[in-house]
Amino acid sequence: MENQIKIIIDGQEVLTEKGKTILEVARENNIFIPTLCHFMGADPKANCRVCTIKIHNRMMTSCTTPAADGMEIENNTPELNDIRKSIIELLFVSGNHFCPTCEKSGDCELQALAYRYQMMVPRFPYDFPQKKIDSSNPKILKEQNRCISCKRCIKTIKDEQGRHYFAFRNRGNKIEVVLDPDLGIEISDELALMAMKNCPVGSIIYKEKGFEKPIGTRKFDKTPIGS
Amino acid sequence: MNKKVIATASLAGCFGCHMSILDIDERILDLIELVEFNKSPVDDFKKFTKPADIGIIEGGCCNSENVENLRYFRENCKILISLGECAIMGGLPAMRNGIPLEECLREAYLDGPTVQLNKEGILPNNEELPQILDRVVPCHEVVKIDYFLPGCPPRADLIWDALYALITGQEMKLPYEVIKFD
Repeated sequence: MENQIKIIIDGQEVLTEKGKTILEVARENNIFIPTLCHFMGADPKANCRVCTIKIHNRMMTSCTTPAADGMEIENNTPELNDIRKSIIELLFVSGNHFCPTCEKSGDCELQALAYRYQMMVPRFPYDFPQKKIDSSNPKILKEQNRCISCKRCIKTIKDEQGRHYFAFRNRGNKIEVVLDPDLGIEISDELALMAMKNCPVGSIIYKEKGFEKPIGTRKFDKTPIGS
Repeated sequence: MNKKVIATASLAGCFGCHMSILDIDERILDLIELVEFNKSPVDDFKKFTKPADIGIIEGGCCNSENVENLRYFRENCKILISLGECAIMGGLPAMRNGIPLEECLREAYLDGPTVQLNKEGILPNNEELPQILDRVVPCHEVVKIDYFLPGCPPRADLIWDALYALITGQEMKLPYEVIKFD
């Protein structure tokens, strides 16, 4: 019993063991915390900030903060939900998220979070960036204007020797996730499809496979994300 | 109860949102009990004959005529609603925002694969024609917009619920299925 700890999320007492992050504990207890850059099975990076919670009145990211005994956590509060919504809005205006023409629409996690938080319009001005689209790979199209730099493809798409197919290029606001042109040529269909599936937005598109599912049958058409 | 006055316009849009208004089906009979239409493509009024209570805008602004029309609506409508993705974020016309205007016109009138008859290489440039903007802008970046109804097109149920709630002063129901961006 030494390992057992108790934390409180929105007034609800939750028993768990030491060594887990708050997000993991919440997921085990069916408490919804929104995530974008987090991917089950990969190390958390905490760069999207959408899983922000409040611990003893301090903002933290739940995907990287380990649960400790006696923590009092605010999660589903109007203040935090508004902050999360504003992060989603910022992601929408900083890229070109033309949902009606996007192959990933309906299966997109960014869009699904916008639905869940009822984003009718972003409160920030649109940026309309003009980044290059990389279509040189025979299987994968990389639409940089939709990329939210979550790093999920970099973390999860590797070959048998552990070499990464995707990598960051440049720094700061010029940062881009690019597909290795030499390694990428040999990418298997399986991995290419996995890359498209693991991308939370429509930045990685498996060529000739867009718009496969009709409207009404896609992942988030009828059920909100996290339910 | 006095009938509320509704005006609608399609700026840089495809009229799909207007079609979606018609998708409220038989509820249109309830609607005409509650409202009368003024300036709108529905009845083809070219000018406002009286101030409107609700203005519905489809499409963003891609030329000077759109901007003028939008300002005309703002002056004459108490409440202005952005209807659909194009009005809210520019939508499909805004996909040209990443391409310089000169390149767009060149492709459309000079170099495009389907251009055959423009032998003299004329670009449309007459004072009678609206001036094209360098980029397509959402309506709320030009005038104040009061409400936003997303969708491409917005679901008929969303339009009906929003109009009914506005006219009768009730709170709006927002079920998950009606807020969609495509």
